Amino acid sequence: MARRRGDVVFRGIARAAATLIVLTLAGVAIFLTLEGMPALTASAAQLGQDNIVLYVWPLLFGTILAAVIALIVAAPLSIGLALVISHYAPRRAARPIGYAIDLLAAVPSVVYGLWGIQFFGPRLVPAYEWLEEHLGFLPFFEGPASSTGRTILTASLVLAIMALPIITAICREIFAQTPRLEQEAALALGATRWEMIRMTVFPYSRSGIVSATMLGLGRALGETMAVAMVLSATGVVSFNLISSVNPSTIAANVALKFPEASGVQVNILIFSGLVLFLVTFLVNFVGRWIGARGHVKGAR
Amino acid sequence: MSTLGETTRKPQGSGSLPLVRPQLPGWAPLLVAAESLAVALLLIVFLGWGPGLSGAVGLLFYLAVMPVWSSAVEGGRKAKDRLATSLMWSAFGLAMLPLLSLVWQVLSEGLPVISAEFLTYNMRNVVGEGGGIYHAIIGTFIITGWATVISVPVGILAGIYLVEYGDGNRLARVVTFLVDVMTGIPSIVAGLFAYALFVIFFGPGVRMGFGGSVALSVLMIPIVVRATEEMLKLVPNELREASYALGVPKWRTITKVVLPTSMAGIITGVMLAVARVAGETAPLLIIAGDTDSDNFNAFAERMSTLPVFIYYSYTQPGVPPEFGQARAWGAALVLISIVMLFNLVARALSKYFSPKLGR
Repeated sequence: MARRRGDVVFRGIARAAATLIVLTLAGVAIFLTLEGMPALTASAAQLGQDNIVLYVWPLLFGTILAAVIALIVAAPLSIGLALVISHYAPRRAARPIGYAIDLLAAVPSVVYGLWGIQFFGPRLVPAYEWLEEHLGFLPFFEGPASSTGRTILTASLVLAIMALPIITAICREIFAQTPRLEQEAALALGATRWEMIRMTVFPYSRSGIVSATMLGLGRALGETMAVAMVLSATGVVSFNLISSVNPSTIAANVALKFPEASGVQVNILIFSGLVLFLVTFLVNFVGRWIGARGHVKGAR
Repeated sequence: MSTLGETTRKPQGSGSLPLVRPQLPGWAPLLVAAESLAVALLLIVFLGWGPGLSGAVGLLFYLAVMPVWSSAVEGGRKAKDRLATSLMWSAFGLAMLPLLSLVWQVLSEGLPVISAEFLTYNMRNVVGEGGGIYHAIIGTFIITGWATVISVPVGILAGIYLVEYGDGNRLARVVTFLVDVMTGIPSIVAGLFAYALFVIFFGPGVRMGFGGSVALSVLMIPIVVRATEEMLKLVPNELREASYALGVPKWRTITKVVLPTSMAGIITGVMLAVARVAGETAPLLIIAGDTDSDNFNAFAERMSTLPVFIYYSYTQPGVPPEFGQARAWGAALVLISIVMLFNLVARALSKYFSPKLGR
């Protein structure tokens, strides 16, 4: 078949656009590496630490700690919320609830930061004082409780609120795909609604839930502004969640220091950005992989 | 029919096995909810506890009483079901609380600040009261506009390649995977990428609005590709085949038949993507910077945007701090309104123009 010139040109343009995406991602990796390399040879005085590993490690620790706490809070809530939309709420109510959750996703992160620092954080102070007094024997609540509420736990809770709509949206879609017949069969055998959900919906969507949680984790790891604003960070490694001495996160550290940084400082921050990129890449990759594996099994 | 119904309903056997289990009346959850509310109110009135704590105790009271009562009357399985139901709805309530509180906070703090001056003045030489966010609003529109100009052609064409030409070849598989990866890129990494790219051409310390657009398009392209891909897959193959049968070349089929059919959906996706990136702060903080003056030129000098303005006016409000913080809330209200407007228009478009599916 002879190819028409228009076809060849159009195909070429479309192909170029697709290739540009590949180049962009390669560019992200290459340029971050190029600009991050000088950090490896930065002097101790410029780093404030002996070497780059000691500089990045506390930040990485804070990043992962904040994201994991956020997920511990957000994942069960999102599953409950997704079930309300897909199975519990009456049809007519489910739609507006879904919209409300989507609105939660559309709120810019800087507004969450504003809300967290002025409204949410101070409201949590009494709770932190209570935790210090009654659960102070646990390393997490050792205290002394922060008087501003700008702790890593507050930051994690704000992250949880931000990850909630993402996890809910994916879970809700998967729950809605559970085969109708299986659900009706369970109900016909006399199962209560909860038993039906446990026997049909959860087994069907297990890999989807894990994948959704991983994607939420990826989001929480990279979230910048809410943490940068809410957290009063000192860059320590500590599991103490409610004190005013908190680990920082990679993203928040970059946002706070970059505007005033110069020289090799910039390279150090870019290097930490590269580490963050690799970590989120890994988390997203595992999430997608689990999700894809589940789909193959579900398709059968 | 009626006789059949009567005969089956009559107890036939000895009567030792009842056909229906006892059930709690329909108003039982309401009653327990009212009791929990009363418990919470009593705690507030008599013990002086805060509303948050008493609310939590009230909720726990409900979660405890409902299953206990149910298991006494209806048995364990039904009690578990009721517990699960109450847990689901509490999760829903817990998730709605921050949304309501946030919307209320932004409205109550932001509305008093909004005025004609606030929307039409910039911050040049403003100390203390006064000033406005005009420079930030135009900055947001210019940077987001350039980001749209970059991402829409690239995103739509890449989507077309994946659906119409890809056919599972290696490039298509790699691009599909990379688009997945791109949706997960942290926004601050996109900003660092734009900086690392521009630094090569313009030297260290580069700040310009267009850099922000490049960073935002890294975040925007995958959303546009996904939306295009999904919409193109919905176009029935019969339409394409009919067009080929008339001897129309493939590229004309795509531009004249496939794209117009799916245009509404693609526009919806683009608008959602715009709404998503318009609120991004971190990349703009890094590459676009902040300024007090108007800057209409995306290719030179720092450019202020609404999210960055919010960040700086709250964290560095100046003395006295009230005015700067008030401006931050005002700008937050304007930003949320812009983002919501885009969202609503996008949803309205998709509702009116989307192809009618089964459900």
